[in-house]
Formats: sequence, C-alpha cells, structure tokens
Amino acid sequence: MTLEEKQQEIISEFELFDDWMEKYEYIIDLGKEIPLIDKDKKTDDRLIRGCQSNVWLDAEVIDGKLLFTADADAIITKGIIGLLIRVLNNETPESVAKADLHFIKTIGLQEHLSPTRANGLLSMVQKIKMTALLNLDSTT
Amino acid sequence: MTEGTKKPFIVREIRQEFPALRQLIYNKNLIYFDNGATSQKPQVVLDAINMYYSKDNANIHRGVHFMSQQATTEYEKARVTIQNYIHAKKSEEIIFTKGTTDGINLVAFSFGELLSEGDEILITAMEHHSNIVPWQMLCQRKNLTLRVAPINKKGELIIEEFDKLLNSKTKLVAVTHISNTLGTINPVKELAVKAHAVGAKILVDGAQSIQHMPIDVVDLNCDFFVFSGHKVFGPTGIGVLYGKEALLDKMPPYQGGGDMISRVTFEHTTYNELPFKFEAGTPHIAGGICLGKAFEFLSELDMDAVQKYEKELAEYAQDMLDTFEGLAIIGEAKKKTSVVSFVVEGIHPFDIGTLLDKQGIAVRTGHHCTQPLMDFFQIPGTVRASFAFYNTREEVDIFIAAVEKSINMLK
Repeated sequence: MTLEEKQQEIISEFELFDDWMEKYEYIIDLGKEIPLIDKDKKTDDRLIRGCQSNVWLDAEVIDGKLLFTADADAIITKGIIGLLIRVLNNETPESVAKADLHFIKTIGLQEHLSPTRANGLLSMVQKIKMTALLNLDSTT
Repeated sequence: MTEGTKKPFIVREIRQEFPALRQLIYNKNLIYFDNGATSQKPQVVLDAINMYYSKDNANIHRGVHFMSQQATTEYEKARVTIQNYIHAKKSEEIIFTKGTTDGINLVAFSFGELLSEGDEILITAMEHHSNIVPWQMLCQRKNLTLRVAPINKKGELIIEEFDKLLNSKTKLVAVTHISNTLGTINPVKELAVKAHAVGAKILVDGAQSIQHMPIDVVDLNCDFFVFSGHKVFGPTGIGVLYGKEALLDKMPPYQGGGDMISRVTFEHTTYNELPFKFEAGTPHIAGGICLGKAFEFLSELDMDAVQKYEKELAEYAQDMLDTFEGLAIIGEAKKKTSVVSFVVEGIHPFDIGTLLDKQGIAVRTGHHCTQPLMDFFQIPGTVRASFAFYNTREEVDIFIAAVEKSINMLK
C-alpha cells in the first residue's frame, strides 16, 4: 500500500463515524495499539515536550525504510501518533520527507497539529520529517 | 448605585446579557466553565466597544477638540467608577495597566527600585507564574532573596510557616487573593496586618477575586491590588493596579514616554502626577472606558448574592465529582470558591479536556501557569472547571454526565 493509499484508507474509516465522540473512541483504541518505544529509549533526546502532554519518538532505518516507535502520556495524543505512524512506517526517508499528511485535515484533527496546540504533535511531525531528511542525506 | 437599588440576582436573566453563552459548539449548547481564564462579556460592554470606535474614537488628555475631550471624559469617568467599586480613597490611586501581569511587573520594577541588597520578598507556593517570575527577575536585578511560604495538602497557606518566613528584612509580601488553580481564598486582610507589623508592604493579586466577591482595598488595607479587565467581564489588554497614593508617589516611573511627563528638555525631564506618571504612551482607551462599563454592570449586581451562588455552584460540582472512583479533587481548602480542579487516576487531564470540548464544554487542562504547585502535588496538571455567576446547576449536571462519559471512554 502506498503512503497515499494508507491516507485514503484512514479517511474512509473515519467517514463511518457519525459524531466526534465516535471518532475519539476509535482514536483512543488506536492509542492502545501503537508500536511502543522501548522504556530505556525514553530519554530526553527522544522527548518532545508539549505544554500539556509529552511525546517520545524513536526512528530507525532498516533496509532503507523508516520504522517508528513512540509513546505519549495522553491517550488521545497517542492515538493520533498511531495514525501518523500507520501512514509513515515502512516508507523510505524520501517519501516520508515529501509526505503531505492531508488526511489529518480531512478527518478533522488538524487542531491537534496546529502550532497553538500544546500537545507536542506538530513538533513530532517536524522531528519525523527532520529524521527523514537526515537519513536522506546519509543514503545519497 | 446604592445598595437599595441593586437588582435581585436571577441567573436566567443575567445569562441573557451575555450573547457568547448563546451558541452551539459541535452542535451542543456551549457550557463555558473556563471563567478563570477569561470571562464572557455582557451586552453593555460590547455596545460600549462598538460605540467608542463608531463615535468617540480620539486620543485622550491632549486634544482640544470635542471628540478628544469626550473620550478623555469617558476614560476618566471609568477610572472613578473603578475607584468607587473597589473603595479606593482617590482616583489617582487607580493606574490603568495591560492586566494583572503588567501591574505586577510595574510594582516589581518601580517598588523594586526602592529596595536594596539583602531585602526579601515573600510569596506563597500557590502563586501564578506572573506572581513568581517578576519577583525572581527583581531578586536577580537587585540581589534580593525570594522566600516562598508553603501550603498544606489541602491547598491552604500554612500560616505558622508564613509567620516564620516573615521578618524585618521582608519588604514585600506578594500573595494571590484566590488561587486560580485551587480556588483557595487566602486571608489577605490578616496577612496585611502581619506584613505591616514587620514594616513590609503587601501586594494582593486579585485576578481571581475581583469578579467573585466585593472588594474593599481600604478594608483589606493592602498596599497594592492588581487585576485584569478581561476576567471581570471587560475587554482584554486592560487592567488595574491600585496602589496607596503615598507609596505610588515614592516610586519612580516604570516606562518613559508621552503622557507621563510634566516637562521634557534634553537635559532633564520632570514627571507627571499620579496616575499619569505610570501611564506612558497612548493607553488602551476603549479598554479603559469599557472596563468602566463592566464595573457599572457589576455595581448593579448584589455581589454578596453572587458570591453565595458561585460558592454553592462550585460545591455542588465538587460534591458530584467526588463520587467518581479514582477522581481526586486538587484543592480542598476550607475557604474556597468558584474553582474545581481534579485529576483522575490513570487518565491524563488533556484527554478529559479534549473529550469535554467535543461535548461542548469549555474547561481548562494543564498546569494553569502554576508549575511549582503541580510539582508540589506531583501531578502533570489538572482539569479545571471555573465558574461565573451566569453558570447554572443544569450546566453542572450536563458537565458531570460528560465527565463520567469521558472517564468511561478513557479507562
């Protein structure tokens, strides 16, 4: 499945929900299933501090593909991380760096990625992109 | 308006005055429980903003033309309205600021100029960052010592510890009247007596009290009282510093510029009299005038009835929340009002706040600009519902059901 197909799949899943609470119920469930970062990797350099909730992110390149693990102290934040990881995992640094994560807006969660939102998710996306760019440099 | 002419306090009627309360959020009737952060505005304030910019807009104090004089009259009338509301002796003691933070910074700078190495500032462990950081900056600038009076687990100031920290080196006690996070009401009148007994002055942060109870600065005998306009049903960007005249007279100006001068030459400038000495530059004219309107609105209310109603509302909410398993109320002072802060075991406040928002309920989550207080309770933050007189029991019932639903989803 391409990165775009993965986004479309999430969009169709969210179209099934009638209201916000159903969407969030789903996001909360996703938060319980994300590839968790190892406890010993929850160090300050992998911590993205939000004003309210904190995110930990680790990225590895295996066989030219990026693999992310993460954690957050708030479950909704974790669920949204779950969505991001689902789209970006197992992609090349190049496609991650270029990725236009339009699905977030389409499913109505753009507020979580706005600069004024205090949950660290925007910084997390920026860090993912930065990681992708750095790995792009090392492979070319 | 005299006591006898005050309108009886009827919530349903009061609500009609606040258009912002009549809206749907995510298709639900808005329940606004974030009054500790900012209050909604009554129609008279909204009309006054419109009227000012539609008709009276002109720069004040220096103009000879009609509009300038009209604006000046309205602005100075507002100052007197506020003076009367808080029972200050003179209108010169009412300094318009940008807000509570600005007022505290003004005192930290100008009163701070009168202090010298070795002097001490005493605050409490429940202060908002804006009543901590300006004092830290002052202490660095002038080599002073900042002391912090501790609180107990209920969120009450420990008076015996406060007494121990208060000494002849203490030059200023800076304390919140009501904690924005806990709702604790501090005994500021009693603290003022203690401060004065050692020769210290006292600043009361009234950001969370001015909208909830009658304020009499002479009765409190505080040297400074600061608050923000937007938390007391007025506009943002305007606030008030009350200071005793004799003290304000001794303090050097905070900022230099127009309006605060008497005579300027390149060699020497003499400063204007109070209150203008502390009001450099074109002020927030519309803000001042409309804050005056907010206080006119408040003057017509029976504030004793308001205070009782808000306390009962907060207690009702707290009692209902207290029945939830795993939920802990943060701040259980005997004397508290208008605020209920809580945490739920195993659930992050951010998650509850997000789910409440989607049910049309505005609360605040996080550290509420009181990080040292969160450290004391060893929590990342709380969910805070903060009430105003326009909130109702029915809203509390909906809120309680929404909290229950949220907790069940997040378990």
